[in-house]
Amino acid sequence: MNHHEEALFRLGKYQSRRYFLRQCMGGLGAAALGSLLTGADFASPKQPTGPGLQPHFPPTAKSVIFLHMAGAPSQLEMFDYKPVLQQYDNQPCPESLLEGKRFAFLAGVPKMMGAQTKFAQYGQSGAWVSEYLPNLAQQVDDICFLKAMHTDEFNHAPAQLFMHTGSPRLGRPSAGSWMVYGLGSENDNLPGFVVLTSGNTPSAGKSVWGSGFLPSVYQGVQCRSSGDPVLYLNNPDGISADLRKQSIDLINQINQQEYQQVGDPEILSRISQYELAFRMQSEVPEVMDISEEPEWVHEMYGTHPGKISFANNCLLARRLVEKGVRYVQLFDNAWDHHGTSEGSGVTKGLARACGNIDQPIAALLKDLKMRGLLDETLVVWGGEFGRTPMKETRSSGADYKGRDHHSDAFTMWMAGGGVKAGYTHGQTDELGYHGIEGRVHVHDLHATMLHTMGMDHERLTYEFQGRSFRLTDVHGKVVKEILR
Amino acid sequence: MMKWRFWIFLSLLSLTMLGGCLLLRVGQDKLSYNRDIRPILNRNCLSCHGGVKQSGGFSLLFPEEALAKTESGQPAIIPGDARNSELVRRLHHHDLELRMPYQAEPLPPDEIALIETWIDQGAQFETHWAYVPPRADIQPPKAQLADWNQNEVDAFILAKLQALDLTPNPEADKAALLRRLSLDLIGLPPTPAEMEAFLADSSEDAYEQQVDRLLTSPQFGEKWASHWLDLARYADSKGYEKDLYRSIWKYRDWVIQAWNEDMPFDQFTTEQLAGDLLPHPTESQYLATAFHRNTTANDEGGTNNEEFRNAAIIERVGTTFEVWQATTMACVQCHSHPYDPIRHEEFYEVMAFFNNTEDRDLYRETPNLWTYEGEKREQVEELLAWFDEHLQPEDHIQRDTFLAVQVKSLRDQLDDPHIEAEFFAESSRFIELTPPRQKSLFQIQDTSWVRYEEVDLSEIEAVTYRYSSPFSGFIEMRLGSPHGPLVSRVQVPASASINDKKRWESWTDLRAEVKTTEGKQNLFLVFHQDQHQEQELLRLDWFRLHKRAPRVDQYGPEIQQQLDSLARIEAVPTPIMRDLPPHKRRKNYLFERGNWLAHGPEVRPGLPDHLPIEQPQDSLSRHDLANWLVHPDNPLTARVFVNRIWEQLFGNGIIETVEDFGTQAAEPSHPELLDWLAVEFQTTDQWHIKALIKRLVMSATYRQASTVSEAQLAADPRNVYLSRAPRLRLSAEQIRDQILAVSELLNPKMLGPSVSPPLPEGVGRFGFGDKWFLSDSADHYRRSLYTYLKRTIPFPNQITFDGTDRTVCTSRRIRTNTPLQALALLNDEVVKEASIALAKGMLASEEQSGIAFGYYRVMLRPITEEKLHTFQEFYQRYLLYFQQESEELTALLPQETEPSPELGALTLVANSLLNLDEFLTK
Repeated sequence: MNHHEEALFRLGKYQSRRYFLRQCMGGLGAAALGSLLTGADFASPKQPTGPGLQPHFPPTAKSVIFLHMAGAPSQLEMFDYKPVLQQYDNQPCPESLLEGKRFAFLAGVPKMMGAQTKFAQYGQSGAWVSEYLPNLAQQVDDICFLKAMHTDEFNHAPAQLFMHTGSPRLGRPSAGSWMVYGLGSENDNLPGFVVLTSGNTPSAGKSVWGSGFLPSVYQGVQCRSSGDPVLYLNNPDGISADLRKQSIDLINQINQQEYQQVGDPEILSRISQYELAFRMQSEVPEVMDISEEPEWVHEMYGTHPGKISFANNCLLARRLVEKGVRYVQLFDNAWDHHGTSEGSGVTKGLARACGNIDQPIAALLKDLKMRGLLDETLVVWGGEFGRTPMKETRSSGADYKGRDHHSDAFTMWMAGGGVKAGYTHGQTDELGYHGIEGRVHVHDLHATMLHTMGMDHERLTYEFQGRSFRLTDVHGKVVKEILR
Repeated sequence: MMKWRFWIFLSLLSLTMLGGCLLLRVGQDKLSYNRDIRPILNRNCLSCHGGVKQSGGFSLLFPEEALAKTESGQPAIIPGDARNSELVRRLHHHDLELRMPYQAEPLPPDEIALIETWIDQGAQFETHWAYVPPRADIQPPKAQLADWNQNEVDAFILAKLQALDLTPNPEADKAALLRRLSLDLIGLPPTPAEMEAFLADSSEDAYEQQVDRLLTSPQFGEKWASHWLDLARYADSKGYEKDLYRSIWKYRDWVIQAWNEDMPFDQFTTEQLAGDLLPHPTESQYLATAFHRNTTANDEGGTNNEEFRNAAIIERVGTTFEVWQATTMACVQCHSHPYDPIRHEEFYEVMAFFNNTEDRDLYRETPNLWTYEGEKREQVEELLAWFDEHLQPEDHIQRDTFLAVQVKSLRDQLDDPHIEAEFFAESSRFIELTPPRQKSLFQIQDTSWVRYEEVDLSEIEAVTYRYSSPFSGFIEMRLGSPHGPLVSRVQVPASASINDKKRWESWTDLRAEVKTTEGKQNLFLVFHQDQHQEQELLRLDWFRLHKRAPRVDQYGPEIQQQLDSLARIEAVPTPIMRDLPPHKRRKNYLFERGNWLAHGPEVRPGLPDHLPIEQPQDSLSRHDLANWLVHPDNPLTARVFVNRIWEQLFGNGIIETVEDFGTQAAEPSHPELLDWLAVEFQTTDQWHIKALIKRLVMSATYRQASTVSEAQLAADPRNVYLSRAPRLRLSAEQIRDQILAVSELLNPKMLGPSVSPPLPEGVGRFGFGDKWFLSDSADHYRRSLYTYLKRTIPFPNQITFDGTDRTVCTSRRIRTNTPLQALALLNDEVVKEASIALAKGMLASEEQSGIAFGYYRVMLRPITEEKLHTFQEFYQRYLLYFQQESEELTALLPQETEPSPELGALTLVANSLLNLDEFLTK
């Protein structure tokens, strides 16, 4: 490109009408755009494609379901079996482990603490799983464990932002936003990036599914099991669907007349958005209504229609990806097991939290597999960081058995979507304190997720403030070892 | 100087020639670095040979680096000798490992030829155009169109249009014009009376009179504040996990008033960046400095205050340079700028200006300015005057300071010092404040402590703590450090049973002896557990130090009563900037790769030297930084600001990347106009923003009709050259405010604390005890900029229409068009209320079916026959429906309303009116 073309390219790329029609529509369905573009005769051979509605290379996954255990679960009571740590139980932590480290709450010389539950091996892969997760243990041969994850942050909000936006500070787009920006969605009538929460809103609030500097159309849309399934989706009392249809017809007819007068093609775009809104009004409640699912499905997941629960959200996640939603983000906010009071530690507290997710996640994996969806859906599970092999010091007198935040080593896992099944990547030291092999940074995780979706994390960029931004900033390596 | 303007013009011209023929033949003319070479290098070379990496010891960021010896010992560029320049050799190299760009396609031959010619011609570098001050003697072009031009702006626009063979639109009709002007200047549509007055006014300056009226309207500041508050990332909460309340609305009001008073932009700049450093700063000048106290803060348990203090300071550097210089300084945090000539250390030299303020990520945002609002101010003044009369001369306090300072000194002088627990100067870990309003300490744990600064302990013999706790424990008072001399220790008995649901509200006063000490001390309260081992020991609301013989005892009970009345009057805190005293100044270091824990060499405050401004030599302050920004020779500040105002009015900046004027910036569409406006703004207008806005809205360019022909659309689809007025969707604030205005629900009350209109169900499920404090119903219909902005849960209606969550500085809101916007306008409760209100007006009107009335009320122009016909047709259907479905009708209309089918049908019509594209655009 010479500099004239360069200018043309930039001029075109920066927020041009066509660019926006092409790019911004992606969030809510790309196909609607085609007709709109043709109708208004916008398409031009000169239009730069930019990061478009197609992958960079053949993908192994079409959708992502990210199961985030907000608060950060203890890998040492779930997947990272450390018999040696058990031997050091209740011994003072060696100074060498504390030197130069920063913790959120640990103070003084804490004591080491062995796993507070029993482990056994499962499946042909022989993966170690604790007795907190009896159902999930049956699915380990579908799972690819990442045992030596690490992150840069050890406080919840920054770490959650880091896990979802690749930056610990506010203002960056989330992974789901990047995916929809890069690939659009396969269903016109549903948002491309859906968020489902159980428990409180995660620590970092809605910023973890925000679109940052990307246009707001790429932000995650929170779908809810009670009230409006999507904000403003329900008509006010007294306005039936038919009446709504008529009023949208009226608005669009008047807008059409206005278009005849002033000729602004943006009006045509608004007309199509109103039609889309109407279709969303019927399709979203349909997909959010799980009451029509057969009884055996409810039994498998442990779901109860109308309730807000992680189980319901797992079933919804399957229904959403089935309908072509690109990115489904689940948050379960019950995982911060400091053990500072009765029932908040890695014994009872963690057991209870695991009890809420064990059956639904196992069911989700089975269900996706049964429907042939697991091959094209990448399921990701994890928290924002891990927990220390040392015992929390805050209520030293009481014996509630909690663990502090730990950024150097934690377990995440993936399943489906072209990653190896029944496989374990990475290993921590004997105390589960530090990764000694196959360490995977959050940026690497993002690079790998994008890779399975057919996108090169170095090429999925957005021009902002004079430079190209990426989900992975200037870091990230695809973890090739776990790809099939 | 002429040269770059000429090339920009040429390149823009060429944009329209879609074939993109190479205008410049190699070897034909003297090449220009900016025009011909920089784009090639930026695109292909700078990522490895620029500010981030200098592979092979070679960088092209600065001329002296580019011409210096590389690792090989030879320079890569030999001016005048392309053939022997390693750079050129590498471009041609047959070995793929050595050929540049590395592991990429080779450069096309014509680009290589350009580089060769440029080196042969002497390899002369040029300064990026934006770093060269605009010429003071630019003359508007001579372009004229009969009955069209209004002022100089039009000559620049017209010249470009004529070169492109485009004809501008004639002036819009009066109704459309006034509506646009009013929405642009005050963010609200005209009232029907204002519209009628304007239509009836046939005087020659009728339009100008409207411009002047709107510029002096108090609502002007409310409209333009929204834009500035996006840049200032103003919000009512702190961000991150707890995202608790921050009392900073006084800053929002300061912005509104500054715009209303037409404060010159140089003063506006100085007061916000360094108001506290001006001689004898006023309350207002302190409030202005809250600009940089809008940074996010993290109250999450277990966070390091110093980490988030550094994060805030780093952010202030980036924001300052984005707002005033459109320079992407944030890029320089980790390394030198990838493209622009700014070195890594220069980021930290600028950061040193900001690194010396007192604030340090404390819960209650210390330092704060305390002010009394409205009537409270008068009450305090009256009381102080009363004390003047009734106190003996030796008890009189200094009266020439801020009111809150006077109140404090009076109380300390007469009475026992009262200290609110939450205003500590420092704390150990495990000290938090109770959400949401953070007025007492909680999560106090064993051996945690808080420090209070400069507490006068002379004459103090006892202390009273107000606390609540289900457990017993100890409070120690120590001096100088948490292990310093012990002056008081008291056992704190449980104030309620652990089983009591309201145990934390069992506030109890406990008195303890204090060993008398002299002078002002660093006072530590250290907390210890007793038998019980829980995470949270106790809560502490305040403590009071008892003097042996308080002065108040010398007087009668009336003085004590008046003193108590004074204490009860609440003051409002606003976080401000204030520098540490010289002996506490922080040292400043470069952070290696931006990591605040990895200190590099020490740095001093300094200004980047890519701009041609003489810098003061002695120790520099934030005031010097502000002076540098508004220095007459600063080539960026005025350009950047006029471009922002242009973007607000015309939809696109003259430079579209309003946030970036660096070498990666978009090309300006009208470079000479930008420079001319910048020069006028600094000289003729003397930085007065209203004069600038008036110049723009008086232009014929602004006044054009917004209709677009096929030819215009084909020639200039994005309306870069403004052959018609831009037809833009309104902002989130404008949309909601307009709906409230035309339905006559709008509450025009100005200023004051933010308000919380109803949130849609389920949106406000906050953690940490915070909740949406629903305002009184009158406050539900205030203008949108007064809506409480909680960063992690921004008001959904605003976000849907591209408002921001104000976590970071936002230069541009990108306009989108989505089905979620349609759903919000169809179904949001406030739109329904407005629809009913509007329908009632329509029903009461005398015109047939009220539709024409409603349309006029909304659009301020008569409805066309065709539209009226369509509306009537649907109205009849709705009417029939509601005549049959009386249950639906009662469900739709509020209980207190008479449920007539006509009102139901008109409510639907009104809702449609509020959804029309023409209503949502200007």
